[in-house]
Amino acid sequence: MATIKNLKAVKINQNHLLGIQDLSFSEVSHILDEAKTFINLNKSSSKKTDLLRGKTQINLFFEPSTRTQSSFELAGKRLGADVMSMNIVNSAIKKGETLIDTAMTLNAMHPDIIVIRHQDSGAPNLLSQKVNCAVINAGDGRREHPTQALLDALTIINRKGKIEGLRIAICGDILHSRVARSNIYLMNMLGAEVNVVAPKTLLPHSIERLGVKAFTDMKKGLDNCDIVMMLRLQNERMHGSFVPSPREYYEYFGLTPDKLAVAKKDALIMHPGPMNRGVEIDTNLADDINRSLIREQVELGVAVRMACLKIFCINKK
Amino acid sequence: MKEKYLINARIIDPKNQMDEIGGLVIDSKGLIKAVGKTVTADNLSKDVEKIDLKNKILIPGLVDMRVFVGEPGYEYKENFRTLSNAALAGGVTSVVSMPNTSPIIDNVSMVDFLKRRGRDKSRINIFPSASLTKNADGEQMTEFGLLKKKGISAFTDGIKTIQNPQLMARIMSFASQSNALIMQHAEDNILSEGGLINEGEISTRLGLQGIPALAEQIIVERDLSILDEYFCRYHISQISSHKTVDIIRKAKNEGKIFSSGVSINNLSLNENDIGDFKTFLKLSPPLRTENDRLSLVNGLNDGTIDVIVSDHKPEDEESKRLTFSQAATGAAGIETLLPLALELFHNKSIKLEKLIASMTLNPSKILKINKGSLDIGNEADLCALDINKPWVVKQNELKSKSKNTPIENRKLQGQVFKTFVKGELLYERT
Repeated sequence: MATIKNLKAVKINQNHLLGIQDLSFSEVSHILDEAKTFINLNKSSSKKTDLLRGKTQINLFFEPSTRTQSSFELAGKRLGADVMSMNIVNSAIKKGETLIDTAMTLNAMHPDIIVIRHQDSGAPNLLSQKVNCAVINAGDGRREHPTQALLDALTIINRKGKIEGLRIAICGDILHSRVARSNIYLMNMLGAEVNVVAPKTLLPHSIERLGVKAFTDMKKGLDNCDIVMMLRLQNERMHGSFVPSPREYYEYFGLTPDKLAVAKKDALIMHPGPMNRGVEIDTNLADDINRSLIREQVELGVAVRMACLKIFCINKK
Repeated sequence: MKEKYLINARIIDPKNQMDEIGGLVIDSKGLIKAVGKTVTADNLSKDVEKIDLKNKILIPGLVDMRVFVGEPGYEYKENFRTLSNAALAGGVTSVVSMPNTSPIIDNVSMVDFLKRRGRDKSRINIFPSASLTKNADGEQMTEFGLLKKKGISAFTDGIKTIQNPQLMARIMSFASQSNALIMQHAEDNILSEGGLINEGEISTRLGLQGIPALAEQIIVERDLSILDEYFCRYHISQISSHKTVDIIRKAKNEGKIFSSGVSINNLSLNENDIGDFKTFLKLSPPLRTENDRLSLVNGLNDGTIDVIVSDHKPEDEESKRLTFSQAATGAAGIETLLPLALELFHNKSIKLEKLIASMTLNPSKILKINKGSLDIGNEADLCALDINKPWVVKQNELKSKSKNTPIENRKLQGQVFKTFVKGELLYERT
């Protein structure tokens, strides 16, 4: 079994990881430092540790998820925790049980940590008020997806060495995106300059108040950028028509070599997945190993989630 | 009943422009016999009941134009008995009940039922409203004439808006011949679809879909245009945004005749109070920005807005212990209407007489009911008020069956200590 050196303890004031908005700079730095210690472990042949031996982790996913759920599951298992993933499709929720009742039921099983994804913004906050264990938000509605932003930050730091001073463009369906919100908070906190690029119909009201510049002209928004984060059109969250057609969207907001040319020469491309090739991103760009960090994001996602599980599992009083 | 002499009171009656130290006499039938500075403690005969108000304020009992009762169908949320207890503790003696019950109040036999229940179980005056459309589904209009004859004082779909402009035009056209009062909850369904709170920075941060002010504005503008063609007694139940205030002010300045109301919640709270997804502040219309709140206050001051309502909407705990998007909309508020409104007096936003008029005289005029004043010969519906009494709102001490107050733990100044209905002392704070 692999051993992990213990970093000096930094006090995390939160009992739960509900959003980037609740974290301080030192808490974020601590999570990222902790995550770095897991990167090499995850590449080694023996990936298992016993840091969370005897702890119980419940994954409560109310929305379908492939990468986040498997990433959390793997992270918990590599830390030695007992991981249970609830299949909501067959559960009592479908029989009309409320979130709070489900929470009380699970709470009675004495978990140490619950990872929740929910279609309603604020659901993890509600859950956290009703259970005795730590709660990690794996995405709620369009509000926050903190571990995604943390893994994006780690990926950027891994390649660029830092975030401070970088210009980062977040492009696409900002309105429905929790990834965009968490990244705006986090990248701002870490000293980046953040642009958001979207058609007006997909820009949330007063988005500038979150400390970003908003662009509807993609080339202006990408100008001199170091990082281009692409987001998927979240058709499942859309009621009615926001863009005329995928074709028109791709023409003006799809990432193509031509548009990328206005960014810095060494600009890197990110995408939280799942991708719609030919809708928001040119398929060759997505696979360009010199420019695309998409595979690396998934890889470092496990390390970041191990760090979060460890910190919040042990931190909880 | 013995004659009652209420003495040593500061009597405020906006209708008669009275604000003076004096007393009020209630005759043996429960009617107001005399009022004002001429009524004093001198020369009282032995067989009258003397009530010394010790220089506290005496005003007409409040008239609340927007109250949800759970009967029939939602008795577990609120029934007439619990509603009247809560109302009396808040100095409210008359309410207009909303038709959004189960079934909807949309026909004559339902009105009979409601009037019987109201008479038997309620200790306050219930003025039932009926829906504008059958089952409040916005399609077939109800029998305004027959319902009005049965004693319905106002028509509204309550929590719903008439979306179809053709139907709205016909409703206004038809209502004018029976002189029925039409009350609209102004919100365009399509613009507000899926919306949970005010659209703005807070909705962006909380990741909740916003309700644009445009949804309210567009219905108000539409209805006022229809009103030009088909004049009737038209009232906008509650407005929430500064844009609507401007539109209404302009229309009234141009001489259009209609009235408008505002919920005490929109006058006293703003979207920041929602904080960490407090479902008790999920309201319709939604709480908007501080700028919107201030313009509502201005609107009340300059007569753009006529009435303040509690928008009392009792919801049981199970309907609120959910995620914000799943939780029921609305807040209980009849008991705290007056004390919360007094905050606007104490912080010098609105003059006392104006505040009182907006909850007594003005709604009575709009409804054309003989309430909300201290006219001699009127039934003695009265509220005695200690305007400086400090207290803290605690949901478990509230009388309503549902405890969904939006102002839990708020420190208020001013409390009702006696409420009379038809000359009878029905509530006394101990």
